[in-house]
Parts: sequence; C-alpha cells; structure tokens
Amino acid sequence: MTSLRTTGTVAVGGAAHAAPPRRRARRRARRWTAFAFLAPLIVYLVVFYSYPLYRNIELSVHDYTPRAFVQGNPEFTGLENYLDILADDTFLRALRSTAVFTLASIAAQYAIGLALAVFFHRHFRLSAALRAMFLVPWLLPLIVSASTWSWMLNSENGIVNAALQAFGIGQINWLTSPDTSLLAVTIANIWLGVPFNLVILYAGLQNIPADLYEAAGLDGAGPWQRFRRITFPLLRPVSLITLLLGLIYTLKVVDIIWIMTRGGPADASTTLAIWSYREAFGTGQPDFSPAAAVGNLLILIAFAAGLVHVRLQRGEDRA
Amino acid sequence: MKGWKTALGVCLVAVMLFPVYWMVNVSLTRTSDMRADPPHWFPWDPTFEGYAAALGQQLPALATSLFIGLGTVALTLAVSLPAGFALAKLRPRGTRTIDFLLLAAQMIPAVVMAMGFYAIYIRLGLLNTVAGLIVADSTLAVPFGVLLFRAFMAGIPAEVMAAAQIDGASTWRTFRSIVLPLSRNSVITVSLFTFLWAWSDFIFASTLNRNSDVIPITLGIFRYIGNNTTQWNSIMATAVIASLPAAVLLVLAQRYIAAGVTAGAVKD
Repeated sequence: MTSLRTTGTVAVGGAAHAAPPRRRARRRARRWTAFAFLAPLIVYLVVFYSYPLYRNIELSVHDYTPRAFVQGNPEFTGLENYLDILADDTFLRALRSTAVFTLASIAAQYAIGLALAVFFHRHFRLSAALRAMFLVPWLLPLIVSASTWSWMLNSENGIVNAALQAFGIGQINWLTSPDTSLLAVTIANIWLGVPFNLVILYAGLQNIPADLYEAAGLDGAGPWQRFRRITFPLLRPVSLITLLLGLIYTLKVVDIIWIMTRGGPADASTTLAIWSYREAFGTGQPDFSPAAAVGNLLILIAFAAGLVHVRLQRGEDRA
Repeated sequence: MKGWKTALGVCLVAVMLFPVYWMVNVSLTRTSDMRADPPHWFPWDPTFEGYAAALGQQLPALATSLFIGLGTVALTLAVSLPAGFALAKLRPRGTRTIDFLLLAAQMIPAVVMAMGFYAIYIRLGLLNTVAGLIVADSTLAVPFGVLLFRAFMAGIPAEVMAAAQIDGASTWRTFRSIVLPLSRNSVITVSLFTFLWAWSDFIFASTLNRNSDVIPITLGIFRYIGNNTTQWNSIMATAVIASLPAAVLLVLAQRYIAAGVTAGAVKD
C-alpha cells in the first residue's frame, strides 16, 4: 500500500512538468473515475447535510410563524432571535442543565467504563461473554431504555423506590420533582453510555504492551501503582478521544430526556437540545425560529469541542 | 483462585442488566399486579396478555420499522460504498475537505437536522412519508459508513487491484468483482449498525412523521406511553419485541459490533 502510494506520487509529480499527452489523458481519466465514485457522496452531503443546515440558519434569522412556514414569506429579523434567546430566563437554566447533564454523564461513564475495562483486561473464565453482555444497554432502542427507566423510577410503583424503602428512605419523586428530574435522566444516560466507554477503553488497553506490566511486576509494583504509572498515562490519548466523543454525543441528547420528563417539571431537566426540540416540535404552537437559533448555538458548542478534538489528535500524532 | 473474578463479573452484569430484566418481568406481569407494593420481583404467575395486546396493536408499526431499516441500509450502502472505495484507493482531489465534512457532519445535533428536514419536507410534501424518514435516518449512518469502508478498503493489498487492472478490468469492474466481495465483513458491520440506528430512531420519527398513520415502532411505543399509563405490561411487551433486533445482533454478530464501535475512535 505504502509503496504503491509512493510510486503513484512520483508518477504524478513527474508528469506535472513534461508528461506525454497519453499519460496526462490517463491521469485525467483516473481523476474523473475517482470523482464519479465520490459523486453520490458529494451530492448526498450537499443535499442532505448542507441544505438542511442552510435552512436551519435561514429559519433562525427570520420570524417564521406557522403560516409563514407554509407560504414562505417570513419577515427577516437578523439576529433578533439570538438576542431574544440569550435574554430568555430559560437560557441560563438550560445552559446550566446542559453543563451538569453533560459533565456528570461523561465523567461517570468514563470512570465506570475504565474500571470495567481494567477489570476485563485480563482474561478469565467467561470474560468475553460477560463483556459482550455489557453492550446490551447501548444496542437497545432509546425508547425502550427510556420507558423502562421511567417505570423503574415511577414514584408509587417503581422498583427503585421500593428498594430504597427497604433501607428506610422515603418516596422520592424522581421524575415529577424539579429537584431530582435532572439527576434521574442523568442516571439513565450514564447507564446508556457505559458500554461505549467500556468498548473503546478496552480496545485501548489491548494496545498497551504486556511486558510493561511484567517489568513493573518484577519491580514489585502493586495493582494500584501499575494502574497509576502505566495504564492511566498510556491510555491518555484514548481517554481524551473517548471523553470528547462523549461530550459531543451527550450535548445532542434529546430522546432520553424527552421521553422520561419532557424537560420538566418546571424546566428542571431542560437542556439546550431539549429546549430547541420543545420550541419546534414539543408544543401545539411550533416556534421554529428561536428553536433554530438554539440549535445553532448548540452546533457552535459542539464545533468548539470538535476543534479541541482535532487539536489534541494532531498533538498526539506528533508525539 | 480465579473463580472470584467470574463471580464478580456475573454480579456486575446482573446489576447492569437489571433494567432489561425488569422490562421482561413487567411485560409478564398481570395488570392487576402492576401496582402491587412492593412490586413482584419475579413473574411467578406470568401472563401473555401484554404480548397479545402488543402484537395486536403494533404489528403494522413493526413492519414499518423493518421496511424503514432495510431502506436506510440500502441507501447508506449505495452512497458510502463507492465513496469509501474512492477515498481508499483512487486518491481523489479534495480528500481532506471530505474528511472534514464527514467529521463535522457527525457533530450536528439531530434536532437541528430534524428542523432542516422539516422545513424542506413541508414544501416537498415529504412529511409523514416513509421515504422521507428513510432519507433522514440515513444521515445517521452515512459518515460512519464512509469512514469504516475507507479504513477497511485501504487494507486491501494493492497487488490484488493491480492484477485485476492488468487483466483489463475497468475500475467499476474491479470495484464490483474484487473489492466488494473482499469487503463482505465491513458491509455486514455497516449494515447492522445502520439498521439498528434506523430501527431505534426516535427524533426523526417524532418530528417528521408525527402526524402520520404509518409510524415506526419507536413512535408506537411513545404514543402508547402517552395514551394509557396503566397498561405497562403492554408497553414493556412492545419494548421487548422492539429490542429483538438488538438481541439478534448481539448473539449473531458480536465481533462485527466491536469492530464497529472501535473503528474511527481508536484506530486511524
């Protein structure tokens, strides 16, 4: 593969100066062939990504009432929607909820995923089968997990409260109290994200040379020391990628929260993504313009995280 | 000596999978026992009334989801297979731009895509159609498909392709008769994930198809929850049925799953 690429580059580079016409024609033909194979993707990206994104930006700088939506004659309002959103009481609350939900989720998912990855690192009887079982939460449709958690956390008849009662803890209104609804959806989301963290961190552990552990063992290092001095530092690049993917992914979460609490009660579990979804689709009165503005803010945050991701990856490649 | 790890592992799995067990347990509980306090930990006296109700009401939704899943797989493969091949083997111009776009595409929140699609579909009359939902669902999978195919096809030895070309095969011929058969495993991985994502999609279904008579199973369950909060055995029975593709996937295709999760995240 590498050798072919090198010869290819040489041929192309040489041709740039004084290529015989036939070779130039062949090169052009090859370029067209490559383009033809890529064309479906390019068309797809333009029509099904760029255009929806463009429409979304367009929504956010107009005042789209439901009627204007159908007739297509909305009033241009510039950045007014954005200013309205930033001034809205919901904004700061949603921003805070987004931060709590996202950071608590990825921190717990990572910690649990890492602990499990280390636990499964050394093979033991049934370890592969047991590890596979951990994938289940990740493969289930979100509506399934969310409705199961809803019923488990039900105030009167939920199993969680029944179990807590055995320890003398009184009824907690997980989903119906503003104090606990964000916590409840965060717990469910942590449960959902553990498998992804486990799989990636486990794969990362496989790439750490075993003889490092053997050498450390000979030097008398205990399990904790081996984890602190070998596993954790060598896993750093994988950890960073896992956390950043988790961040980008968790920022976008709508379904689990919407199904469990619809962002309530009293906006207590309303994140930015939920706010956007609710304005556009959650009420009888769709309000697309502010919803689009919130969505675009969310993209900006995700992009910022993405830039950090690319930066870090480049840094790791160079190291 | 080593037995304790297996024992601990079993306990951890039991904790992790408790919600799944609970779903099955509730699906088999009689309506009259549903509000028992404390709840029944085991369905000693199981009933299938929940499953009967689920199948009676949700069969069309299951069929719709199956159709949407297969359609999404077809569309995703049609777009991402040739693109993956081109990026891996044909050294096209603009590779870096496409890399960036694929990365960026994965960061766009689904709710933003849903609004964009809604604005477009309302004009084209594609709201509440299966075709519209297939297109929207495929956006969940195409970047993943391209990246995975590209990574896999880059590993196909150059000699294999060169041999075909010396025999006079066109690029299309090489792609169809050499590269595609060799890429079988990655095609399976991408198809499985795409199907699962389309089958599980809630956001696009609940926005683009919410006023439709033809709804996928995720929306079926959601409406169920909204309509009657008393019949949780039927809801959970539907949930169990909706989980079957994931179960099949886990049993039949475990190695493809691990390959899919790690691709693009760890290896490059």
